[in-house]
Amino acid sequence: MRDDSTFSLYMSLLAVFVPFSLVAIGGGGSIFAPIQRESVDVQHWITGREFVELFAIARVSPGPGSMLATVIGWKVAGWGGALVATAALFIPSSILCLGVAKVWNRYRGRDWHKALETGLAPIGAGLMFAGVVAILKLAHAGPFAWGLAVVVALILTWRPKTHPFAVLLIGAVVFNIQLWLAH
Amino acid sequence: MTDAAILKKTPPSLPILARVFFWIGVMSFGGGLSGWIHRQVVQKYGWMDNDDVLSGIALAQVLPGANVTNLCVYVGYRMRGTSGATTCLFALLAGPTVICVLIAMAYHLLQDYPVLQACVDGVAAAAVGLNMRLGIIGAQRVMPRIAPTLAMIATFLAVGVFEWPLVPVVLVIAPLSVAAVWPRGARDA
Repeated sequence: MRDDSTFSLYMSLLAVFVPFSLVAIGGGGSIFAPIQRESVDVQHWITGREFVELFAIARVSPGPGSMLATVIGWKVAGWGGALVATAALFIPSSILCLGVAKVWNRYRGRDWHKALETGLAPIGAGLMFAGVVAILKLAHAGPFAWGLAVVVALILTWRPKTHPFAVLLIGAVVFNIQLWLAH
Repeated sequence: MTDAAILKKTPPSLPILARVFFWIGVMSFGGGLSGWIHRQVVQKYGWMDNDDVLSGIALAQVLPGANVTNLCVYVGYRMRGTSGATTCLFALLAGPTVICVLIAMAYHLLQDYPVLQACVDGVAAAAVGLNMRLGIIGAQRVMPRIAPTLAMIATFLAVGVFEWPLVPVVLVIAPLSVAAVWPRGARDA
């Protein structure tokens, strides 16, 4: 049994995440900026602080980082919301991918493959940086968080084999040391 | 050449696909799922060859959506057609969906501890660094060429700085950016 308000929450989750699913070029990280804007500023589902928390939770959980949508859905409308948001974010792009995979196999290595790749890659990169800015604007520690993010990016550039979980752990430890020093 | 002819062996059954992708999803802490899929599908089970999976990774990156779910759909499709793709996608997402909500619930109960708050802030900042690194990899690939570089900067400014809505921005910039690098006298449409 679900009442009207739960149903309308499901509908708004669909309305927000389905379009994002189809424009997330370069991966889930590319739509974090607009997800933040929609869920915090437009729909008022969560506060900026909660967004940062959910972003971190999605990152330490298994699965793609875009499971951010799943935890936002949970926050908005419980387990049902989590399922609706997950389906809304992952199914439309997957159907598109399935359609393209059928064509792709038939025309391997053609020139327009390369053109699509070269033409869309910069949009993914630009969106990724936009997501970085959106999340850091919300993070409390300000310059300290910026500094850590840059250091992490440098570590990974220098040592690409570093396990992602190791740098997340470093982040948690560094912020706790800062907390401890502040006392 | 049919799809089946490209495959090295008899494709795995749906329950086997479901089991393998379920565990890839659950074990993929910290990201890097595409690497995991490659390792299992090529090295461990030998269902597909290296080039085939790399071509899938390229496709997954070009198309919208999470790269890993796109790759998962591609592999599933190559194995068992549409039902294979559906099976792999749901199997991959099932575990992580439940686990991330459980973690969110646990955090909800314990969030008043300052140590946990600091952990969350630290993890968020470091995770932003991971995304920054992905942006840098992308930037290094596009920088030598003028049109893609302009497309990248325009996208960043529009979405990140001016905070314009994403969908129209992508719908305007994507065709321009692809048109700018479209091969002249392409053999096919």
